[in-house]
Amino acid sequence: MFPGIVRSSSRHLPCRRSLMTVRDALNSAIDEEMAADPKVFVMGEEVGEYQGAYKVTKGLLQKYGPDRVLDTPITEAGFTGIGVGAAFQGLKPIVEFMTFNFAMQAIDHIINSAAKTYYMSGGQIAVPIVFRGPNGAAAGVGAQHSQCFAAWYGSCPGLKVVTPYSAEDARGLLKAAIRDPDPVVFLENELLYGENFPVSSQVRDPNFTLPIGKAKVEREGTDVTITAFSKMVGFALKAADELAKDGIKAEVINLRSIRPLDRETINASVRKTYRLVAVEEGWPQHGVCAEVCASVQEETFDYLDAPIERISGADIPMPYAANLERLALPQIEDIVRAAKRACYRSK
Amino acid sequence: MAMAMARWRQRLLSSACSSSSSSAAAPQALLRLASSALSRQSSSRGFAAAPDDTTPFVVDIPVPYAGHRCDPPEQRVETSAKELVDFFKVMYVMRRMEIAADSLYKAKFIRGFCHLYDGQEAVCVGMEAALTKEDAIITAYRDHCTHIGRGGTVLEVMAELMGRKSGCSLGKGGSMHMYNKEGNFYGGNGIVGAQTALGAGLAFAQKYNKQNAVSLALYGDGAANQGQLFEAMNISALWDLPVIFVCENNHYGMGTAEWRSAKSPEYYKRGDYVPGLKIDGMDVLAVKQGVRFAKEHALTKGPIVLEMDTYRYHGHSMSDPGSTYRTREEISGVRQERDPIERVRKLLLAKEIVTVADLKNLEKQAKAEVDEAVNQAKEGGQPETHELFTHVHVKGLKQLAYGPDRKEVIVPLP
Repeated sequence: MFPGIVRSSSRHLPCRRSLMTVRDALNSAIDEEMAADPKVFVMGEEVGEYQGAYKVTKGLLQKYGPDRVLDTPITEAGFTGIGVGAAFQGLKPIVEFMTFNFAMQAIDHIINSAAKTYYMSGGQIAVPIVFRGPNGAAAGVGAQHSQCFAAWYGSCPGLKVVTPYSAEDARGLLKAAIRDPDPVVFLENELLYGENFPVSSQVRDPNFTLPIGKAKVEREGTDVTITAFSKMVGFALKAADELAKDGIKAEVINLRSIRPLDRETINASVRKTYRLVAVEEGWPQHGVCAEVCASVQEETFDYLDAPIERISGADIPMPYAANLERLALPQIEDIVRAAKRACYRSK
Repeated sequence: MAMAMARWRQRLLSSACSSSSSSAAAPQALLRLASSALSRQSSSRGFAAAPDDTTPFVVDIPVPYAGHRCDPPEQRVETSAKELVDFFKVMYVMRRMEIAADSLYKAKFIRGFCHLYDGQEAVCVGMEAALTKEDAIITAYRDHCTHIGRGGTVLEVMAELMGRKSGCSLGKGGSMHMYNKEGNFYGGNGIVGAQTALGAGLAFAQKYNKQNAVSLALYGDGAANQGQLFEAMNISALWDLPVIFVCENNHYGMGTAEWRSAKSPEYYKRGDYVPGLKIDGMDVLAVKQGVRFAKEHALTKGPIVLEMDTYRYHGHSMSDPGSTYRTREEISGVRQERDPIERVRKLLLAKEIVTVADLKNLEKQAKAEVDEAVNQAKEGGQPETHELFTHVHVKGLKQLAYGPDRKEVIVPLP
C-alpha cells in the first residue's frame, strides 16, 4: 500500500521516522544541491527572510546567505529574465514562482529566452535553470490562482516538465532537475506540501535522483489503466481501492514527467489492460490527457476494448464557493465511474 | 505640432545633447566647430603618424555629454593612429556587410527578417574599444555588426543570414539570433525588451562569480518603454549589479518616432535613481570614452544607463522602406553631417595618418573581404536534415520527437 517503503529487519510497520513531507523533500533536495554545487542559487518572492511563502525554502537563507538565497521584488518578468541571463553565464538558478499563475507574467522568458535559446544558438548557449512552484488548484483561492499549466508548458520543445506526487518524487525529480543542464519546469502542488509519504534510506541519500521522462507504476493491475499526475495520483490510488472492492483491478500510473511523456510505460500498460482512464486537474481541451489519449490511440489502437475516458477539471474559471469548487475538479467518484464505464459496467 | 516636429528634426541633424535644446546649434555651425578643432590640433602639433603607430594622443569630443545624477566624463579621449585606422577598417567592413545584406535580401538569398545597422556602427565599435572579452554583451535583433564586434566573422554572419550550416548559429537562428559564446555575446534576441532583463542576469552572474567584468544590455528607443526594463533596473540598482543599460536611440521604433511613443524621450534619464549619460552615438571616440566611464561606474557604483544618440539609414527592416515616417532629406542630412565613418576619415586625413589613396585601398580591401565572405557563404550547404532535431536539449533523454507526419518521422532526441 505504501510505495517505496523498505522493510527494516527490526520493524514491520512504517513508523514516523521513515515518513517525510513533500515540503521537507523539496527543502532537503534544494539544500543538498546547493551544498554540492556552488553555482546553484535560489531566487523568488519571500524565499529568504520569510522562509518561503510555503516554507519550501525554510532555513536556506540562514545556511547559505543572501548571495545565494535572493528575495526578489514582485516583478516576475524582470527577475525571471535575470535568472535566465544568469543561466546563460553558467550559473544554476532555481527560480521560485509563488504560484505558476504569476509565472504568466514571465512566460516569455520561460519559452522564448529559456526553452528556445540552445536551439537558436546552434548549441552555443545552454540554459541550466529550474522554474518551480505550486501549480493547479489549491483550496478556495479562486479563478486567478487555480490554473494548471502542465499542458501549456508540456507542449513546448526545449523544456522538460515534471510533476512530482510523493515525497520520493519531489526529492528525486527536483535533484534531477537542478542537475539537468536544460530548463526544467517543476510543477508542485500546494495541497501536497504537507502530506507525509514513507521514504526509504535510498531516497534520503544525497545522491538520490529519479530519471526525468519516466513514469512510475504506483499500483499494478490487470483490468484498466489509470494515468494521473500530481495530486490526482492520490485520487487515482483511492479510486483503485474503490474499484478493487468491485473486483476491478486498476493499474495506476504516476506520470511524474509531462515532457518528455513516458509513452512507453503508458502504452505497455494499456497493452496489458486494454482500457484507459486519463486523469488531470486542468482543463480538458488540449490538455495532458488529450496527448495521452492521442498517443494510445495511435500506438495501441488494436488493443483497446473500449473508448479512452478522460477525467479533468471543468471547462470554467475556478469558482470560489466550496460546493462549486468541488464540482469543478475531478473527484474520486468521477474516476471510479469512468473506470467502470471503460469496463462496460454500469455500477 | 508642426513646430515641435521641425525642432525635433533639427535636433536629429545637429545631435545636440542638451535637453533644453531651444537653441540647438545649426548643423553647419557644428561642423565648422568640429573641423576647426581638428585643424587646430593638426597645425599646432605638425602631426603625422604611421597608421600602425600606437603612441597615444588626445582628441576633443565636440558634442557635449549630458549627465543624469552623475558628472559626465571629460570631453576629450585618448586614442592612437592605429586605433583610428582600426576603427575605420572595421566600421567600413560593417557598412559594406550591411549593404551586401540588403542586396542579398532583395535577391532572396536572405529570408524572413533582416534588420540593418548601417549608420549605427560607431556604437558597437566604440563600445568594444572600452571593453574586453570578459565583459558580456546582449542586444536585440539588429545584431549583425554587434556580432562582428564581439569577434565574429563576416562569413559566419553572411552564412547565418542565408541559412547555411557555416553560419554562427549553424543556420538555425537567422538574422535575429546570432550568438558567440566565446566572445561573451548572448545574441540576437527577437522579443523587444527581453534582453534587458537577460543582460542584468549576465551581470548578476559576473558579480556572483566575482569577475571584474560588466555586462551591456543594448536596447532601442522603442524598447525603452518596456516594463521589464524598469524591473531589471530596479533589481540591478538594488543588488548593485555591474550592468550598463545602453539605449541605442535611433529615434524611431519601427515607424514610430520617439516623440510619439515616449512621454519622456530623454532615455538617459529614464532610470530615475539609476544615473545616466547621453552620448553622441555617431562619434566612435565619444562612445569609447562614455563606455569606459560607464564600465568604471558599473564596477564600483552599480548600474548606469547610456543613451547613444544614433541613426539608422535603412528602414526598421528590409520590409520597411524607411521613408514613410521620415523624409529623405532627413536621412541624407544625417549621412552628410554625422556619418560615423566620414568623421573618422576626416580625422585620419587631418592628422595625416593616412592619405586619400590609403583610405581608398582600405575600402577596396573591405569590399573584397565582404564579397569573398558572401561568395563563400553562398557556396556553403544548408544544414543536414538530422539537424532538425539537434540542440533541443543539452542532455537529451532519448525521448521520441516527431515530424509533421508522426508515422513517418520519429527521432530519439540526441
